[in-house]
Amino acid sequence: MSYITKPTVSHPNLPRNKLGLTSRDYEGTVSTLCAGCGHDSVTAAIIQAVFELNIEPHTIAKMSGIGCSSKTPAYFVSQSHGFNSVHGRMPSVTTGANAANRTLTYIGVSGDGDSLSIGTGQFVHAIRRNLNMCYIIENNGVYGLTKGQFSASADIGTLPKKGLANQQEPIDAVSSAIALGATYIARSFSGDKGQLVPLIKGALVHKGFSLVDIISPCVTFNDHEGSTKSYAHTREFYHHVVDADYIAPAEEIKAAYEEGSAMPVELHDGSKIVLRKIDSEYDPTSRATAFKYLRERFNAGEITTGLLYIDDSRKEMHDLMGNIDTPLSEVPLDTLHPGQDELKKILRRYR
Amino acid sequence: MATVNDVVIKIGTVNGTGSASANGLLMKSIFRMGVPVVGKNYFPSNIQGLPTWYEIRVTGDGYQARSNRVDVMVAMNAQTYARDLAEVSPGGWLIYDSTWPRSTLLDRDDVTVLGIPLSRMCNEHFDGARARILMKNIAYVGAIAALLDIDLDTIKALIEETFAAKQKLIASNMEAIRLGFDYANENFVCPLPKKVAAMDGTKGHIIIDGNTAAGLGCMYAGATVGAWYPITPSTSLMDAFRSFCAQYREDPESGKRTYCIIQAEDELAAIGMVLGASWNGARSFTPTSGPGISLMSEFLGFAYYAEVPAVVFNVQRTGPSTGMPTRTQQADILSCAYASHGDTKHVLLFPADPGECFTMAQTSFDLAERLQTPVLVLSDLDIGMNDWMVPDFECDEGYVPDRGKVLSAEELEGMEKFYRYLDVDGDGIPYRTLPGTHPKGAYFTRGSGHTRYGSYTEDSDAYQDVVDRLLLKWETARSMVPGPEIRYSKSNNAAILCVGSSDGACNEALDRLNEQDISLNYCRVRAFPFADSIKEFIEQHEIVYVVEQNRDAQLRTLLILDGDADVGKLVSILRYDGLPLDAGFVVNRVLDERSRGRAA
Repeated sequence: MSYITKPTVSHPNLPRNKLGLTSRDYEGTVSTLCAGCGHDSVTAAIIQAVFELNIEPHTIAKMSGIGCSSKTPAYFVSQSHGFNSVHGRMPSVTTGANAANRTLTYIGVSGDGDSLSIGTGQFVHAIRRNLNMCYIIENNGVYGLTKGQFSASADIGTLPKKGLANQQEPIDAVSSAIALGATYIARSFSGDKGQLVPLIKGALVHKGFSLVDIISPCVTFNDHEGSTKSYAHTREFYHHVVDADYIAPAEEIKAAYEEGSAMPVELHDGSKIVLRKIDSEYDPTSRATAFKYLRERFNAGEITTGLLYIDDSRKEMHDLMGNIDTPLSEVPLDTLHPGQDELKKILRRYR
Repeated sequence: MATVNDVVIKIGTVNGTGSASANGLLMKSIFRMGVPVVGKNYFPSNIQGLPTWYEIRVTGDGYQARSNRVDVMVAMNAQTYARDLAEVSPGGWLIYDSTWPRSTLLDRDDVTVLGIPLSRMCNEHFDGARARILMKNIAYVGAIAALLDIDLDTIKALIEETFAAKQKLIASNMEAIRLGFDYANENFVCPLPKKVAAMDGTKGHIIIDGNTAAGLGCMYAGATVGAWYPITPSTSLMDAFRSFCAQYREDPESGKRTYCIIQAEDELAAIGMVLGASWNGARSFTPTSGPGISLMSEFLGFAYYAEVPAVVFNVQRTGPSTGMPTRTQQADILSCAYASHGDTKHVLLFPADPGECFTMAQTSFDLAERLQTPVLVLSDLDIGMNDWMVPDFECDEGYVPDRGKVLSAEELEGMEKFYRYLDVDGDGIPYRTLPGTHPKGAYFTRGSGHTRYGSYTEDSDAYQDVVDRLLLKWETARSMVPGPEIRYSKSNNAAILCVGSSDGACNEALDRLNEQDISLNYCRVRAFPFADSIKEFIEQHEIVYVVEQNRDAQLRTLLILDGDADVGKLVSILRYDGLPLDAGFVVNRVLDERSRGRAA
């Protein structure tokens, strides 16, 4: 990925967050993705989400694998550490990083190739551990850097730019995550920032594994007629079932929600996500009904979006293990072993 | 020939029958009499029903290797009876369970066969199928005690310690000991001409396996994150770390842990977790074995290039492929030295015994953090899973871990700008920062081409600048890794050079050769890259016998590649059948080479 520094000039009247930072302070280097790439919209949504959540830039860890999506952590929050690992292995690196320091905010950016082919095993097991991270899949159904091969998320019947339609069953990240027991599952569209930003905010605050699967069209290899991951197709078959508004702790719920359709879900830190069900049939707290609904709509050719499942009651990895609250990387060595006298006692077992 | 404290006992049983604790009891009883012992386990890759052997070498001289003879064979497994009888050295003894008739076809004139009705006695004295099987094992310990003159009180004390929480078992175990002991005394001439006698050869020593030692070493070194995927023969390393942490790393009040052990989905993930944790400042490690190294290779190359610390314990087993998972070898030397595609090379440490597994745990973390690179500790099944007598471990109370060049928030605050891959000190080691420390410390860790400033590049000069600097770091590593153990005998121009678990057999071989007036100098390599003193050692000699446990002379190859050693001087002595090396093999091969005119 190329490296172009952005000019630092910014407008004096830009709004500032509680840390006194502007959204410019959360930007990264200039994107080198294709003009119109959906991923750049996702980058912008991430910047807005972390800016609005008042997260200190250097307490964010940006994790990725390999692919167009995995380049994007260079394009946001340049004052935070990034770890651009190897193909499909972002989840394991994030697991280890989180094991060492549970206090950082982990944003993993992956793609459909990175997560649903080469890295399927790691994606699955990060869910199994309920790793506390925001896991974003920028999903475009193709491999971009190697020039347009289908990925595992390509739908049956979708056409490549040249050649025959895909005939293999797609792997759907969202229904997989529901089956696997992920505790926060959302799907959105790079073209709908209004829906996307609150979903990312909720994912960042949720304590546990948060998946945000984002249809993010590839303008170069998968935005033609006959593609089911194009801007036009996504807009046409976009089926929005649950709106989510993120509300910070101690903030009042200002918007008026109709009784019955609004459902506030309190998160561990006192913040809330208010779900507004656009389809009254949908229940985002039941794995079984969510799964059934998603598969039915999928079979009807619709792309169901919104906050599709949430369970804030399950323990994340460290709490499941019973680990201390402070980062393991900061525990002083002299407290980590019992010293010479105790060593002598230990050695008695071996005489 | 009558001897004292020089006898090899081998016990053939069926795995899953609980013989391990009986064999441990026998070995420890001898050890507690002050007599040095070596315990080797030859076990199948199986859970129940296949043949397994345990070999105890009683060695008053304190040798550490196995011997290639068997004086007393306890043939408890009818399946292997013929082969067990064949393995007994001339003049030796064979003990078998005479409850059932034995084919006379299997007699040998030069072996004394001692039948003991172990099953019948245990069936008469104990209830329950499981207890009868277990007690049969304890009963043969009693018989050997009588035959070798092992102190019964020592055995009793050990049984009392073992079953302190289960008093009932003390009586039954002692009863089984008595059954075997009395039967042997009443029916055979006890003790045999080869016997055990108390001495003062084990003071200040313990008997431990290398995996337990390494697990303990990792706790003492301050490791907090361990990630692993189960694989024989490395699994017991993490088991040991876990049990020590459960005892010492849990807050007595809150119960909260200061360690995090993650059983990964595979070795790809295990090493990924180690890199993530090390990147974030924790001391993190993974134990594995050959196939795991193959899977970890891509990440090891990443860590080399992106300069992320990592500690990997490779408890080597017999390859290639799945090979023989429960047999030993030193055949991952090259695959570890150059793991991953592209120009990569890794720091290796070679412990020779459990004592070094303990100390090198600490060394490995210090080097990994100082050099910001993976460090692989190459143990093997022989060290990792067999019982070695080694001096007591020491904890250096004044030890300050070397966390390497990590910038603090204050240091970053005072800097104009931080560049990740800049060689500020001229030693090839750049400074690093930990996530969450300071906004000025932020950088992008990547396996793609990068400049000394940490930014992405496809520029030839900027790329080459960084990989050339890594070579400078490699030379810094050479000066930091543990040097070889070198010993000179009389002035001589021939030497033995070896690595790791070959040390015990080589030392014994040096003594045997010395008895034949062949005195050789000795060099045991302890790390890669090779210290300059290894190169000098080779230069000083005309013939260097390179002893190693693989087919392809991997250590020799590495000496030529990294040490620029003279190919003609390096004569290979190779053992790769999966069994631990013994001195006799080395002696015979040296004599062969000399008779072929390759003596210096």
